[in-house]
Amino acid sequence: MTLRVQGVVRHHAGNAEATLKGLSFELPKGTLAALLGKSGAGKSTMLRCVMGLEPFEEGLIEIDGVVVRGTKEVSGAERAKALAEARTRLGLVFQSFELFPHLTALDNCTLAPVTVKREARGEAERRAKALLEQLGLSERLHVFPAQLSGGQKQRVAIARALAMEPAVLLYDEPTSALDVALRNEVLQALKRVDAAHVTQVVVTHDLAFARELEHVCVLENGRVVQSGPPADVLRAVAERQP
Amino acid sequence: MPLTALLAALAVANADAPAWRWGADAQGGAPYVFLDPFEPNRLVGFEVELAQALGTKLGRRAVPVLGPWDKLLELLGRGDFDAALNGIEVADEKRRVALLSTPYFAAPEVLTVRRGDTAAPRTKEALAGRAVGTLPGSLAERILTGLGADVKTYEGGQDEIYADLKLGRLDAVLLDAPVARYYADVDPSFERVPGDFGHVQYAVALRLGDDTGLAAVNQALAQLQADGTLRALFERWGLWNEDVAALEGAANFRPGPAPEWERWRSAVGAPRPFFERVRDVYPGLMPLFAKGAGLTLVTSLLSMALAIALGLLLVAARRSNRTPLALAARAYVEVFRGTPLLVQLLVIYFGLPELGLKLSPFVAGVLALGLNYAAAEAENYRAGLESVPDGQREAALVLGLSRWQALRHVVGPQAARLAIPPMTNDFIALLKDSSLVSAVTLTELTKTYGSLANSTRDHLGLGLVVALWYLALGLPFAALARGAERYFGRHLAKEPS
Repeated sequence: MTLRVQGVVRHHAGNAEATLKGLSFELPKGTLAALLGKSGAGKSTMLRCVMGLEPFEEGLIEIDGVVVRGTKEVSGAERAKALAEARTRLGLVFQSFELFPHLTALDNCTLAPVTVKREARGEAERRAKALLEQLGLSERLHVFPAQLSGGQKQRVAIARALAMEPAVLLYDEPTSALDVALRNEVLQALKRVDAAHVTQVVVTHDLAFARELEHVCVLENGRVVQSGPPADVLRAVAERQP
Repeated sequence: MPLTALLAALAVANADAPAWRWGADAQGGAPYVFLDPFEPNRLVGFEVELAQALGTKLGRRAVPVLGPWDKLLELLGRGDFDAALNGIEVADEKRRVALLSTPYFAAPEVLTVRRGDTAAPRTKEALAGRAVGTLPGSLAERILTGLGADVKTYEGGQDEIYADLKLGRLDAVLLDAPVARYYADVDPSFERVPGDFGHVQYAVALRLGDDTGLAAVNQALAQLQADGTLRALFERWGLWNEDVAALEGAANFRPGPAPEWERWRSAVGAPRPFFERVRDVYPGLMPLFAKGAGLTLVTSLLSMALAIALGLLLVAARRSNRTPLALAARAYVEVFRGTPLLVQLLVIYFGLPELGLKLSPFVAGVLALGLNYAAAEAENYRAGLESVPDGQREAALVLGLSRWQALRHVVGPQAARLAIPPMTNDFIALLKDSSLVSAVTLTELTKTYGSLANSTRDHLGLGLVVALWYLALGLPFAALARGAERYFGRHLAKEPS
C-alpha cells in the first residue's frame, strides 16, 4: 500500500461534531484515484491531515511505509519526526496552485530539490526542465507565475510537486477553476505522470472528471461510504440519490 | 583641523597632568562660549579665556566639552566633565546638585524693549501679564515668574529671543547684562530700560563631593583676581560693570576699551548679501558641517543596524508559539513606540548610571535610537510577513522545506518587498531624529547649525545649508531602497525581464 488511512478522527475545537469520524481507505501503488464528496464532507480536512498541515487526534495515516499516528496516541516529537519523513514521500497540488510568485517556473521546480534534498543546481534544473517539457511548458521555463495562464500555472504546480519524486501526489480540486478543454488537458497531464511509481489522489466534487480515473472513494459526513472502480461506484451513487 | 588647533591653543605646558574638562554650551551664545563669527571653526568667549586661565593656574590642559546648557549640571554629576563653566548662576537650587565656587562674575538683570514702544512694560509692576522672553532655568525666569509675567523661555539661543522681541512676539526681554550687551546694545531697534530688575552672580560648578577640586578652583580664581587677570579679561570683553567691580572690591569703576565687544559688533552689523555669504562664508564652514554630518551618518547607520537586528528578533519572538516570549515582544514594541525618544535617551544616559551602567555619549545615543526604532522595524516586518498569504508557507512546508527555509526562500523575499518602503521612511526619520543626541554632548549636524546660526545670526542661509546636508545624506539611501524594491518586485512586471 502506498496510501492507507485508517480510523482517522479529526475534531476541530469548538465544533459539536468531528469533521472526520474514523475515516478509512487504502490505495495500492500507482493508482490514479478520485476522492469524491460534496462541500463539507471532509475532503479538505482529510487532505490537510495527510499533508501534516493539520493534526488529527486518533487513527493512522501510512504513506509509502511511513506511519503517522494521531496526537492522542503518540508524543509530539515522535509525530514531528514521522511527519517530516512522510513529507519527503508526499506531494500536493493546491487548488490555488500557490506557486511562489517571486520565482520563475523553473526556479519554482528547483527550490525544494536544491534546499531540501541538497541536489546540485545543474542536476535539479535538468530534471525540472525535463518535467516541464513533459507537461508542455518548454517555452515558459523562465517566466514568472504572474505571466502564466491558469492551465500553465497548474502544470507548473504539478511539475514542482513531481520534482521531489513523491510516492503519493494529491490534487486539491484541480478542475475547479478550469473550462472543459483545460479539464482534458489536466486529465492528460495526470495520465502522463509515471503511473508505475506515483499514486495520485484527486480530491474533487466533479463527477464527470472522477469517472475518467481508475478508482473512486466517496466521502460523506466524515466517512468513506463507497469505494471501487468508477463505473460501479458512480452507479451506486446515482441510485442512492432520488 | 580646527578642533586640534583649538586644543593646541588651550594646551598648557604640563602635558602629563590629566586634562581639565569643562562643560559649556556653544549654542548659548556670546559673550560666554560661542563660535567666532569671523572664524566659525574657533570656539571663543570670555569664559573660554577664563577656563584657559584657570587651567594654567591648575597646571592642567583645559578641554571644552559641549552639551545643552540646561543639562550641564546633570552631565557634571554624571562625570562627563570636571567642572561646568557657562554662566552658572549662584542659587540655592544649584547648590543642591553641585558645589559652587566663589563667584567670578556679577551683573544686573537687564530689561530690553523695542525702541520707542510706548506700550512696553518699563517697571517691575508693569511686567505682570506681559509676554517676556528669557532663558529656561535662569534667575531672570524666576524673577519674571515672581512678578506674574507671561514668561516665554527659549531652548535655542539668545539671538532667537531678541529676534522675537523685534518681531513683536514678545513685549520685553529680561536677561543678564552680558547677553543684553551683546545682543540688544548692538541693535538700534532696542533700548535698555533703566532700573533695578535683579542681580546675578556666576560661579564654576563642581561635582558634589569634589571638595579638593573646589578648593583648587577657588584658589586659582583668587589668584586670577589678585593679579588683575580677571579685570583685564572682563574689560576686553566689555563686561566690566559696577556689580563685578563691587564683587572684586575694586575701588573705582571706569571701563576701558573693549576690543572683543567691538569685534563682535562689527560682525553683527548689516548682514552680507546672501550670494556673497554663499561665495565667501559658507565654503569655510564646510569642514564643521562635514564633521557634524559624519557623526549624524555614523550614528544613524549604527542605530539602524541595531534596529534591524533587534526588530527581526522581536518579530520572531512575537510570532513564536511561546506565549510569554510573544507577550514580551509585544510589550517592548508598545513601550518603545509609545514613549518619546528623547525621554528614552535621557533615561539611558542619565538614569542608567544610577543602576551602575554608565555609557559613553555615543553608545547611549546609538542605543537609544536603535532600541526605539527596533519597535518600528518589528512592526514593519510583521506587516510584511502577515501580508504574504498563509498558503505560500504551507506550499513550502509541503515541499519539505523547514520553517526556517520557508521563511528564508519563500515568505521572506515576498515580505521584504513590502517592508522596504516603510524601512526607508524610518531611516530618513532616524537621520533627522539623530539630532537628539546633541542632548548628550554630541555635536551633530543640527547642533552645528544651531551654534553657527546663533553666533553668526544667519538662521535662514545656514538653514538652507543644513537642509542640503540632510538631503545629501538621505537621498542616496532613498535611491538604494528604490533599487532594492525593484529587485524584490521584478516578478510583478507584465513581461519577463
